[in-house]
Amino acid sequence: MSRLQVVSGKGGTGKTTVAAALALALATEGKRTLLVEVEGRQGIAQLFETEALPYEERKIAVAPGGGEVHALAIDAELALLDYLQMFYKLGGAGRALKKLGAIDFATTIAPGIRDVLLTGKACEAVRRKDKQGRFVYDYVVMDAPPTGRITRFLNVNDEVAGLAKIGPIHNQAQAVMRVLKSPETAVHLVTLLEEMPVQETADGIAELRAAQLPVGRIIVNMVRPQVLDAAGLELVRTVERSSVAQALSAAGLGGARRGGNAEKLVDPLLDQAAEYSERYALEQEQRASLGELGLPMHELPLLAEGMDLAGLYELATELRKQGLS
Amino acid sequence: MSPDPAEAPETTVGEDAVGGQEAGRRLSAARALDVDPLLDDPETRIVVCCGSGGVGKTTTAAALGLRAAERGRKVVVLTIDPARRLAQSMGIDSLDNVPRRVKGTEGEGELHAMMLDMKRTFDEVVEAHADRERAAAILANPFYQSLSAGFAGTQEYMAMEKLGQLRAREEWDLIVVDTPPSRSALDFLDAPKRLGSFLDGRLIRLLTAPAKLGGRAGMAFLNVGMSMMTGTLGKLLGGQLLKDVQTFVAAMDTTFGGFRTRADATYKLLQAPGTAFLVVAAPERDALREAAYFVERLAAEKMPLVGLVLNRVHDSGAAGLSAERALAAAENLEDPRIVDQGGGKAGLRNSPDTYGSSRTPAPESAAGDPSDTAGNSATAGDTASEEGSPADTDRPVDRLTAGLLRLHAERMRLLAREQRTRDRFTARHPEVAVVDVPALPGDVHDLTGLRDIGTRLASDGAED
Repeated sequence: MSRLQVVSGKGGTGKTTVAAALALALATEGKRTLLVEVEGRQGIAQLFETEALPYEERKIAVAPGGGEVHALAIDAELALLDYLQMFYKLGGAGRALKKLGAIDFATTIAPGIRDVLLTGKACEAVRRKDKQGRFVYDYVVMDAPPTGRITRFLNVNDEVAGLAKIGPIHNQAQAVMRVLKSPETAVHLVTLLEEMPVQETADGIAELRAAQLPVGRIIVNMVRPQVLDAAGLELVRTVERSSVAQALSAAGLGGARRGGNAEKLVDPLLDQAAEYSERYALEQEQRASLGELGLPMHELPLLAEGMDLAGLYELATELRKQGLS
Repeated sequence: MSPDPAEAPETTVGEDAVGGQEAGRRLSAARALDVDPLLDDPETRIVVCCGSGGVGKTTTAAALGLRAAERGRKVVVLTIDPARRLAQSMGIDSLDNVPRRVKGTEGEGELHAMMLDMKRTFDEVVEAHADRERAAAILANPFYQSLSAGFAGTQEYMAMEKLGQLRAREEWDLIVVDTPPSRSALDFLDAPKRLGSFLDGRLIRLLTAPAKLGGRAGMAFLNVGMSMMTGTLGKLLGGQLLKDVQTFVAAMDTTFGGFRTRADATYKLLQAPGTAFLVVAAPERDALREAAYFVERLAAEKMPLVGLVLNRVHDSGAAGLSAERALAAAENLEDPRIVDQGGGKAGLRNSPDTYGSSRTPAPESAAGDPSDTAGNSATAGDTASEEGSPADTDRPVDRLTAGLLRLHAERMRLLAREQRTRDRFTARHPEVAVVDVPALPGDVHDLTGLRDIGTRLASDGAED
């Protein structure tokens, strides 16, 4: 199991949720995971129902079985100052740089540097050891940028090493790339059973593979339960309306005659079933396209009550059951 | 609760879950948005669709553009990163940064569409502002190449730049813009300002003309800062990158003024009376939270918000039947039929003894619910047995009906959840007009699909 788990996905597919559930799932039996956020959206804090995360690793949850989840919102600007302090002891100069707009420049304008800082911090957490020489975190889970930007984000080598051919940034980029391209890393893609996210997943995997980044698994999120089976779907098209009306009436929903309460339910219910049937066929198609990508695939259910902390634990349990931890 | 589920008025969506009062509040709180007056008004020159990723922003922009064109306007839709098939539906699958006429529209108007090529747009800006030699030097600079193709933010700058260009050409009555799928949906608003402040920044001045600064007495301290800084930057970035940056900045020097003027002009354009912002969202927690931030931000920037487009809203033709009742009825049907067991039917069916301890509480409460439930079941049971006992032919319909009811229960829960989410938004922003676009089972791939969405964007407002 790779120690750096990167979770990406198209916007709206719930990648933050999946990353958080994965961090919980991996925190089995005394294990420690670090969940990192790189886009400054404070999505993790919202999921775990805690206050906004500072640029500081802190424990945010205890997993069933005694593991711990820590979280960190990486801020590029603070990471840079941190880095300058660490390597150059530049306390005052760091402030001067900030005043001049150099920090702004480096973290928002200069291409790739921001990404090197973000991935660099995550890789540092992956490699960090305590005094006994054990890894501080068993796993680091990253809530990464969306599929459309993930390859560029992770492939800092191309971005930066080409620009900065020597110097610490160059070395940093090289070190980060060594971790990111090794089996230590797995990039998972979260998708829905809908056309656009599936297409983007396929494109994203092709890009990751072309950049020789290790692709992990496909996680299909918000899968709706199967309510009608193949026989049921067939029957929706052929069934006599009157017999459905009778069954509804038998179930206690009013009269089956024309104009009766049960009879009036038949059309809307059959309409909903037709929509379901259409969606089901589309979902099957998408499932098949995902299957062709040749990666391990996992499915997480749509939570009927919407996403909350309890739901997060539910998804973590599901991931454990499916052998992701 | 209404004794007759099917008779309940349709407006009380999710009544059982949310409560009639809530439903009433919703109707009075959220104004309905009608897009037609907006699209028809010749004063409307720019419509900006913004919102978080994955909510159907691009589709909404395309549908609005098509509708406006078919209502007689000459429209251009600027898309940033459209899904392939949506782009194909408008015939713009070639990414050449030029608006193309969309074929197959109805009526007098015209629809043009284009896909933003950010690198190309950036190149064009450079070419427009620098002489040929200088432009060539900039375009060949490695720092520039990386900046223009990659870094987070270029897309936002260039989307705004392109908007400014299109507007300046005065070729279209209406420009509909889709916004980039940013880290934060707000990034594009910051783009012009950020570019401006960067270009005005002291860092740039230091990098471009250190000698000039040295001459001024007041800037003497900066010299210390500068040597320290270029030294540090050199250490950090590597000397060669710093040199590239300096060359780039020096080459760009003359074009900066143009950049800044344009960035300011675009920003002002967004605040101008002819511009309308539409926030696009789906009835999901995260999307609506982003939408709320957006509404607040637009107000702070004095940018004119017209309303919220809520995509993928679900509805039910049988909204009067609650999830709970539907589930209870489904369990009734799925109960092993007494007739199959050949035992006494009616008596057993109504006896609490038939419910084993493993039963969930739901069917019990259903059985004891309105008294007519039990009565109906008994009569229906009689009918079923009178029709002969071929239970095998009868069961599939029961199973199907139970499935229909479960589907309905799922739908009703979804409705309740959507309603809760939007209530939260409405409570925070009761002033924002909303238009619902119903969820479609599949994606949109052609003009017919876009037209259909356009109709829905307009008709929801008209009905209310």
